[in-house]
Amino acid sequence: MTFVTDPDCGLEKHTPASSLYGGVRFRKRGRNKAKWGSAIAPRTRVKFLEYQAHAVFRKYGIPVPSGALAAKPEDLVNPPLPCAVKAQVLIGGRGKAGGIKFAKTATEARAAANAILGMRIGPYTVKQVYAQEKLDIAREFYLSITFDRSARAPVLMASTSGGVDIESVPHASIVRLHVPPLVGLQPYLLRNLARRLKLSKKLAAQVSDIAIKAYALFRQEDAELVEINPLAVLKNGRVVAGDAKLVIDDNAEHRHPEYANLPQDRTPLEEEAHDKGITFIQLDGDIGVIANGAGLTMATLDVLNLKGGKGGAFLDLAGTDNPETVKQAFEILLKAKPSVIFLNVFGGITKADTVATGVEQALLAHGKKVRVVARIKGVNEDRAKEILSDAGVHSVETIEAGAEMAVKLRRAR
Amino acid sequence: MGILLGAETRLMVQGITGHQGTFHTRAMLDYGTKVVAGVTPGKGGTVVHGVPVYDSCEEAVATETPNASILFVPAIYAKDATVEAIEAGVRLLVIITDHIPFHDSLDLMHYAHLRGASIVGPNCPGLCTPGAAKAGIMPNHIFLPGPYGVVSRSGTLTYEIVNMMTRAGLGQSTCIGIGGDPIVGTSMVEALALFAKDPATRGVVVVGEIGGTAEEETAALAKTMDKPVWAYVAGRTAPPGKRMGHAGAIIAQGMGTAESKVRAFTEAGIPVAKYPREIPELIKA
Repeated sequence: MTFVTDPDCGLEKHTPASSLYGGVRFRKRGRNKAKWGSAIAPRTRVKFLEYQAHAVFRKYGIPVPSGALAAKPEDLVNPPLPCAVKAQVLIGGRGKAGGIKFAKTATEARAAANAILGMRIGPYTVKQVYAQEKLDIAREFYLSITFDRSARAPVLMASTSGGVDIESVPHASIVRLHVPPLVGLQPYLLRNLARRLKLSKKLAAQVSDIAIKAYALFRQEDAELVEINPLAVLKNGRVVAGDAKLVIDDNAEHRHPEYANLPQDRTPLEEEAHDKGITFIQLDGDIGVIANGAGLTMATLDVLNLKGGKGGAFLDLAGTDNPETVKQAFEILLKAKPSVIFLNVFGGITKADTVATGVEQALLAHGKKVRVVARIKGVNEDRAKEILSDAGVHSVETIEAGAEMAVKLRRAR
Repeated sequence: MGILLGAETRLMVQGITGHQGTFHTRAMLDYGTKVVAGVTPGKGGTVVHGVPVYDSCEEAVATETPNASILFVPAIYAKDATVEAIEAGVRLLVIITDHIPFHDSLDLMHYAHLRGASIVGPNCPGLCTPGAAKAGIMPNHIFLPGPYGVVSRSGTLTYEIVNMMTRAGLGQSTCIGIGGDPIVGTSMVEALALFAKDPATRGVVVVGEIGGTAEEETAALAKTMDKPVWAYVAGRTAPPGKRMGHAGAIIAQGMGTAESKVRAFTEAGIPVAKYPREIPELIKA
C-alpha cells in the first residue's frame, strides 16, 4: 500500500468535522525523558538478551523451548535435558567463540556453565548462561514482523526456508504481507499466509496462532522487530519458536518502564552521552566531528572522508546553543581522544556565539592542548569567531576547507 | 504557487505556549505567515505575539478557520494532538516533534490518509514557500523566491544547501523537509510528484540520506519527469547498523546504502553532487 498525497489538500477550504475526541486533555508530563525541546536526540534500540526475549514471547503465549538461567554453575539444579548451555551476551558469533555447549546430564550442564561463565566474547564478559531445551527439529521456517517504511505499514514476513540468515533466502520464497495498522491482523491475511506457504491444515493452524500472538506482541510492546528464526516444526508435529529476537523502539519507553534498565546497543562512552541526552556515536577513525543536525553531521563525515580523513566519533548538537550542553558534549568527545576535532555548525537559529562559548569553556576546563578546526555559521557568527580565536581554534569558511585543515593538522601531529 | 503551503494558508500552532512554539510563532509571523490561532489545553484565552490561544482545536477552528497546523507538542502527546486537529477539519499537519513512537506514527499516517489529510514530518523542519509563508523552524533569511523546489530528509543540511542556492541567485518555489524518521507522512517521492505538477517549479533539488529506499523510488519517478532533478546523498561513509542521529538513517539488511542511492540517481540520469556546494553548480550547468 502506498499513499498518494492530494496536492490541493493543504489549500482547500476546510470544513470542520465533528470531533470524535472532544474533551481529551493532555496528560501531565511524566517521567518521560524524551520531551519536546530537549535539544539533543539520542537514537538507539533496546536490545534483549536471549532469555529476556524468550520471557516476553512466553508472556504472549508464543511456544518457546523451556530453559533455566544461571549466574553460577550450581544454579543449574534441574535443567531441561538434553540442553544447549548458551552464553547470554549481546553479540553474534558466540557459538564460534565457544559460548554454546551441549549437555545430556545435569552434571554436564554445570560443567558447561562453569566453562562458559566468565568467558570474554567480544567486548563482553559472560555473566549468565541459559540452559535451553534441545529441540527435535524436523523442518525450519522463518517468521518476522517489522515495519515497511515505504508502505508505512507493519509487514509480516514468512518463509518455509528458515533456520539460515534470512538475507540468503531467495526473495521469491519469502511471503510478505502488509498489515493495515488501524484494523490489525485480520483472518484473511492468515489464510493468504497459509496458502502462499502451502502449509498443511495442521501446520497452518499453529503458524497462524503464533503469527497472531507475535503481531500482538509487536503492537503492544512497541517493537521494531519481532523475529522467529527458526520457527521450528518438531518431529512430533508441534511448532515452536526456536529462537526469539526482539527490538523495542526506545521512543516508547514511557509506555514500557519495565524496559528502562535493559542493556542498550552502546559503547560505555555512548552510554555516558545517552545519560546526558547527547547524540554521540563512536566510529573507527580518529577525527572527532561535532555538527548540528543529523544530515549535516553525516555530510561533514563524508566531506572529511573525501579529503582523506576519517571520523572517529560523531556528535550531533542538534538545535542546542546552550553553552553548558555544548561543553558537556565537547567533554565527551575529548574522552574519545580524537587526533583533531572538526566543529561544523550551521546555525540558522542556533546562536553561533553561545556554541563557541561552550567550546571555549570545555577547552579551558580540559587544560591540555587540543587541535580544533571550526567552521561556524549563523547568528552572531563574527563574535563566535573571536571567542574561538582566543581559545586557539582555527576558523575556516567552508566545510571543505575545514576538512582539509583537520586532515593537515592530524598529519602534523 | 509552490506546494502545500501558500500565502492564503491560515496556520494554527499547537503547543504555542511552549518555548519552541512561542519562539517559532514569532519567526513565522515575521516571515509573513498568517498565523491565526494557537492551541494549548489549559491556556485558552491567552495571547502569544498577538495570536489568540484556545484550549482545543475545535474552538480554534470554529473561531479562526485555520486550514493548516504546525505541532510543537511533546512526543507522547503528538498522536492525540494530530488526531484532534484532523477531526477539527484541518487538512495539512506539519509535525516538528521528534521521538514520536513508531507505532503512533504508523497509526497516524494511515488515519490521516483515510481522512484525506496530509502530514509533513514528524521529526522535520517544516516547509517554506519563499515570499509567501513558512510553517516550520528554518531560519527566515536563507530563502529566496524562485523556480526551484527542494525536498530533503534533513534540517541543517537543507539550510546549508538552500543558503548556497540563494547566494547563487537560485530561488526556491517551496522547500520541504519531510523529516528524518522511518515513517513520515509525505514521502520524498510524493513531494517530488507535487513539484512535478506545480507550474511554479522548474526543477527540483533532492537531499537524501542513507536508510530506506525513498531515494531509489524518487529516482524512478524523476526519470519520467520533464523537469530536471539534482541530488545529494548524505552518509556515504556511515558504518552499517549504526543509527546516524536520524532514526531513519540506518543501513540494515544491506538496504539503504549511499551507493545504492547514488547508483539509482545516476542510472536515472540525475546529477549527484559529491559535495553540498556542488548543488548550485549543477543547477547552473
